[in-house]
Amino acid sequence: MSQANSGAVLAAEAENREFLVFSLGDEEYAIDILKVQEIRGYENVTRIANAPDFIKGVTNLRGVIVPIVDLRIKFHLENVEYGGQTVVIVVNVADRVVGIVVDGVSDVMTLTPDQIKPAPEFGVTLSSDFLSGLGSLDDRMLVLVDIDKLLTSEEMALVESTSSH
Amino acid sequence: MDIADFFDTFFEEAEELLSDMEQHLLELDVDDPDSEQLNAIFRAAHSIKGGAGTFGFTVLQKTTHILENLLDYARKGELTLRADLVDTFLEAKDIMHEQLDAYRSEEEPNQEAFERICQTLQQIALDEIGEQLDAPTVPAAPAKASLAPSSSAESDAEASDEGAHLLVVLLNVNEKDRILLVEELEQLGDVLAQSGDEKRYEVTLKSSDSADDIEAVMCFIIEPDQISITAVESAAKPNAPQADAPATLAETPAAPAPKASPQANPAKSSAKEKPKKAAAESSSIRVSVDKVDQIINLVGELIITQSMLDQTVSDLEDQSVGNSSLQNGMSLLQRNARDLQEAVMSIRMIPMEFVFSRFPRVVRDTAGKLGKEIELITEGKSTELDKSLVERITDPLTHLVRNSLDHGIEMPDEREAIGKPRVGKLTLSARHQGGNILIEVRDDGAGIDRDRLLTKARENGMSVSDNMSDDDVFQLIFAPGFSTAKEVTDVSGRGVGMDVVKRNIQSMGGRVEIQSKLGEGTNTRIVLPLTLAILDGMSIKVGGEIFILPLSTVLESLQPSKDDMYAMAGDDVVIKVRDEYLPVIAVHEVLDVENAITDPTKSIAVIVQGEGRRYAMLVDELVGQQQVVVKNLEDNYRKVPGISAATILGDGSVALILDITGLHRLSRYKKEAGKKVVNNHNFSFYKEAESS
Repeated sequence: MSQANSGAVLAAEAENREFLVFSLGDEEYAIDILKVQEIRGYENVTRIANAPDFIKGVTNLRGVIVPIVDLRIKFHLENVEYGGQTVVIVVNVADRVVGIVVDGVSDVMTLTPDQIKPAPEFGVTLSSDFLSGLGSLDDRMLVLVDIDKLLTSEEMALVESTSSH
Repeated sequence: MDIADFFDTFFEEAEELLSDMEQHLLELDVDDPDSEQLNAIFRAAHSIKGGAGTFGFTVLQKTTHILENLLDYARKGELTLRADLVDTFLEAKDIMHEQLDAYRSEEEPNQEAFERICQTLQQIALDEIGEQLDAPTVPAAPAKASLAPSSSAESDAEASDEGAHLLVVLLNVNEKDRILLVEELEQLGDVLAQSGDEKRYEVTLKSSDSADDIEAVMCFIIEPDQISITAVESAAKPNAPQADAPATLAETPAAPAPKASPQANPAKSSAKEKPKKAAAESSSIRVSVDKVDQIINLVGELIITQSMLDQTVSDLEDQSVGNSSLQNGMSLLQRNARDLQEAVMSIRMIPMEFVFSRFPRVVRDTAGKLGKEIELITEGKSTELDKSLVERITDPLTHLVRNSLDHGIEMPDEREAIGKPRVGKLTLSARHQGGNILIEVRDDGAGIDRDRLLTKARENGMSVSDNMSDDDVFQLIFAPGFSTAKEVTDVSGRGVGMDVVKRNIQSMGGRVEIQSKLGEGTNTRIVLPLTLAILDGMSIKVGGEIFILPLSTVLESLQPSKDDMYAMAGDDVVIKVRDEYLPVIAVHEVLDVENAITDPTKSIAVIVQGEGRRYAMLVDELVGQQQVVVKNLEDNYRKVPGISAATILGDGSVALILDITGLHRLSRYKKEAGKKVVNNHNFSFYKEAESS
């Protein structure tokens, strides 16, 4: 993989982080590869009534019941289709296993610390709280999602909020 | 296996022995003690002492030793038991437990508690046995005297290897060799006694050398199988028969006769307990719960795979390419898999007795502190519950019991004045109810004063109204910081606790309800799901979706006719089933299922029961009955209203298990919300029904 022209030498390599890059519509996002458990197709999801629309339901992952979240709906993307290319990234956050639906997974990138820029104050759909920064890679821009914070946040409604009921 | 493993085994065994001891002490009738029970208590103490000695837990060993001596007098009828003595024994047991815990966490036990209890126990020995001095029995004086000195001497001997008493038994050794051997032994230590014949010759030896060393020396002269060397403390069986009664009775401090004093007592009991212990060891093993859980999960997977295969085979059959040996194999596999699953699940289940058995003590202590007279009744001890729940239910239950004792049951005089028996009754019961376990704490005490509760709630600034239902009012008790106790006692009344109780129970997926009648008593009901369980389910179809209803909740199903359905107060619908009007829950409405049958007369009404109420659920189709493995939704997701858990169907897809009362609540909630946002055309049907 290209780490071209980067001034970083061996010493800095320790701080380099690997990200799994996926696409939502035309945008490219990335999450810490260490959070990713596996990647699988979108199939056999059982709907859960009265859940937010971006929670597609639950599926059986080798005997474990795993909720499936469609980030495209969560991020208000226009085209939400389910086909052969639709991919579920199974991530491990806060001792939970959650599947996230994305349009496609492209590759694994290594980013050096100076390739990661702080995220600007964003707006409504994706608070910058849930971003760990922006990755710049030649002419590409990757939105680095802090998947831990995002999935455990109250607005994702994945985790029991503090008050019961 | 290193020594740490032995430690663990000892700790666990000692803990069991202590709880056995406690149970027997509690059951003991002081006026007419059962000698079998006294023996059991003594044996428990003795075994702990032995173990503690082996592992060098001196403090525990000494405590147990003194207690053991007293118990020995008790079982021989030389010490007359009284309730306060039993109390002291119980206290000693508690202290021993603390010492055990200290050793377990590698700390030194509390020296002060140790000294205090030793003193108390010794005082008892002095007072009680001393009183018998003038009695004509021989043992009194020496017994008393032997207590203090011999206890220290004996434990010292055990604590160090220096000068341990060893019993050397020589088998089939001719006289010439024997003399040689005894000479040899005299070199190794002091020969205290010797007797026997050619077949069996016993030598009691006091030596600082280990048994192995001695054996090694002796083996120059004879074969290893001709010799056996045992420490006198643990196995002096050969002497026991003749030394038994007379030895203990005639025990005098002045006679350090090798076979009498140190060995007689233990010999008797060790002979008795040996077979019992051996049996216990061979009939059970200790396995970590993690391992069991892993097996349970794997078996669950196996069952799912098996049902997948089953489906494939029956598809083949439909295409008439089936093969009878394949089918036979499949049905055999199915049966074996089910048996395996049942067997594995039963590993984790333990009877409620494990929880209930601690309450006689709690009740005794609390009642004593409060000056009340309480009779404790336990029902359904053998009801089985998952181990993890058993562990977590104990604390909330203890709290509820204390609460009942403190606030519920009145003082004896007060009870008498209002015509109740002096002795209050507290009942703990457990039973399976459908897919749940129902645990009740019932008392026949004063009951809950609804008005006082409401007043108190107002004082605390809660919003309440007089026409709240009793259920809702009683739930106020579980609010944080709420207490109606007139005064705070050290048992309860601070208002912390009940909210914790409720939270704990909720975290187990259960709920707690209170039923109470002023002046007649209170019944606190804890309903717990069997989280780790296989459920007998009825699969139903609504639209294209499959749901599971716990079979235990299903009463019957029927095809509703238009004439039996009535609308109430606008959009509530009831169905008349054999002169009973049941609320109707349309599953497709509550769970937003698309493409479902909306006309009730074309759907099927399943009559279900939940929390004592009946409902009619409208579904499209009944698919069939099947056993399902309950999978927790909350592990990776959260609690879903109307859904209790999930399961995996034969085709690998997930089906949700319906929670009937939750569904009813949800349906009411949705209807209330629906009133504001005028939407539903479905209701029009019911309106018509009403007018027709």
